[in-house]
Amino acid sequence: MKINYKICPIILFLILIGYLGSPVFSQGISSSELIKGAKEYDTKTVTFTGEAIGDVMIRGEFAWVNINDGENSLGVWMSASLAREIKFTGSYETQGDRLEVTGRFNRACLEHGGDLDIHVQKLRKISPGMRINRILHPGKKNLSLILFGALFLIWILTLFRHK
Amino acid sequence: MILKPRLEDLKIIGFYLGKVILGLAFTMAIPILTGLLFREFNPALDFLLGIEISVLLGLILLKVCHTEKDLNWMQGMIVVSLSWVVAMLLGAIPLYLSGHWKSFLDACFDAMSGFATTGLTLVQDLDHLSYTHNLWRHLIMFLGGQGIIVIVLSFFVRGFSGAFKMYVGEARDEKILPNVVHTSRFIWSVSFVYMALGTLALGITGIFNGMKPLNSFFHGACIFMAAFDTGGFSPQSQSILYYHSLIYEVITIIIMVLGALNFKLHYHLWMGNRKEIFRNIETNTLFGTIIATFCIVAVGLVQIQSYPSAVLLFRKGFYQLISGHTGTGFQTVYPQQFLADWNNLALVGLMIAMALGGAVCSTTGAIKMLRIGIIFKAFKEDLKKIIMPERALVVEKFHHIKDVFVEDKLARSALIITLAYIILYLLGALVGMFYGHPFLNALFESTSAAANVGLSCGITNIAMPAGLKVTYMIQMWAGRLEFMSVFTILGFLIAVIKGK
Repeated sequence: MKINYKICPIILFLILIGYLGSPVFSQGISSSELIKGAKEYDTKTVTFTGEAIGDVMIRGEFAWVNINDGENSLGVWMSASLAREIKFTGSYETQGDRLEVTGRFNRACLEHGGDLDIHVQKLRKISPGMRINRILHPGKKNLSLILFGALFLIWILTLFRHK
Repeated sequence: MILKPRLEDLKIIGFYLGKVILGLAFTMAIPILTGLLFREFNPALDFLLGIEISVLLGLILLKVCHTEKDLNWMQGMIVVSLSWVVAMLLGAIPLYLSGHWKSFLDACFDAMSGFATTGLTLVQDLDHLSYTHNLWRHLIMFLGGQGIIVIVLSFFVRGFSGAFKMYVGEARDEKILPNVVHTSRFIWSVSFVYMALGTLALGITGIFNGMKPLNSFFHGACIFMAAFDTGGFSPQSQSILYYHSLIYEVITIIIMVLGALNFKLHYHLWMGNRKEIFRNIETNTLFGTIIATFCIVAVGLVQIQSYPSAVLLFRKGFYQLISGHTGTGFQTVYPQQFLADWNNLALVGLMIAMALGGAVCSTTGAIKMLRIGIIFKAFKEDLKKIIMPERALVVEKFHHIKDVFVEDKLARSALIITLAYIILYLLGALVGMFYGHPFLNALFESTSAAANVGLSCGITNIAMPAGLKVTYMIQMWAGRLEFMSVFTILGFLIAVIKGK
């Protein structure tokens, strides 16, 4: 088969145009950029990265997960099976799984009461979460004991004054 | 001639301030118990330190300033103003110790915002805050909403004749029952009954929404306290957006409106006088202003086509409006969306609602419905006087538990407080503009702080200059106390400096 090399640049050009014209913002966008530029990103496919926080709220075959990228938390809507892959969510006791979600961004979602959200198509766990071990702060403990002593002293003094 | 305050005045103020501080210290036992329950020992330790410092300060004041004398009006007002400042400082200690606030000033900002039921916040990484500290953030709203003095009168004071002077100083000039201690206890009983019902409703809804039961009821209690006391803090950084639930929004709207009603009206409703809600000038004015301001917001949102359907426009617009009007500050949009998706008309509509507020003797801030109603009636009376023949006797009256004639004294008092609020809103906006914010944004945030609302268009953040933080703190304090106690303390300070 004879290959027509003349059309190669045209194919390459078309691929490039297709790539540039694609509505996929695969580089990862911050929550602030998404909120401020919501009109620009509306209905486009975006990639958003952050820590899963709070509750994984299963609603039938789907689930709500809130993801915090350090600036804001955004609600993402995904299938319950995807949500079950999340083992840790961020709280006082735990560091949540770090997730990368790709999906359709909605400035005012018709399905979800006008909320700004992402309907997830793809989920990737970047790093798993873990429990946070917290030890009693020695400085606070010592200060507390000193203050307790001071309170005791004042109480004794008041007893003497009353007598 | 201005008289310099005597040492005796300072001793009386110090003694009663000591009592208030001791009362406040005991409220910190609640988060300690929560901390032990959830095995959050470091946070519990933060509150133990808070209690120790508070009890130490309270005991020192009681001993050094010991007196048998009762309060006079001036002293009562000063005790109230100082109580709120001291509550802010002491309430901020455990917050600051948690490490979630960048500076002690930021912790004080949140403590004042909590006690004054505002809801503006400078917390960092809220989503990782302990249950213990989160409970305290909401509890201070509950305490501040009922009134710090109301707490002391209800639980820690056996009754003294100066009680009424302190009660009035906290912007509650209406007695529900003949005795202020009984009135305070009634306010608490109403709040506790609603709290049980509200927490149950929100907790069950949370479970149906997929939250873990313990978390759901904890959130339910916190959100109830913030909604009924028209505060606006929430356990998660997304406010009500976290829950993604229409039912949650509906329940919080009901609680916010209940919180915006006069406790005196609650009393009459509880006693079976249900007609009062339809006849009362405050509920009628509230209904009218909600419709009027929502129309402005809706037209603004339609102009900019913010939402793709009328239902969504109503859901978003109405929620923010009720949240603003009742002075709560819950949001179902992100602060930055106010500037990006809402136009100036919609923001002005929301701002007017925030500036008006709810009922007197409720947990809301701002100008309040009774004053708006009285001013409207006074205008109506004056217009009638112009239109009617000179000999005609024009009398205007309104219904607020009983029928009341609109007298000049009443209208004057309502107008003075309204004017004071407008000046406070504008002064805050001026400071905001001084720090480089556009007029409308600065006015929005200033109104939110002074009217104890808590909605934010994004100005309030940890990077905000210290001057602006202090300005908003003063606005929250003055707005919550409705000026009288604040004016008294200013007069007192002038007397200390210039008096002879």
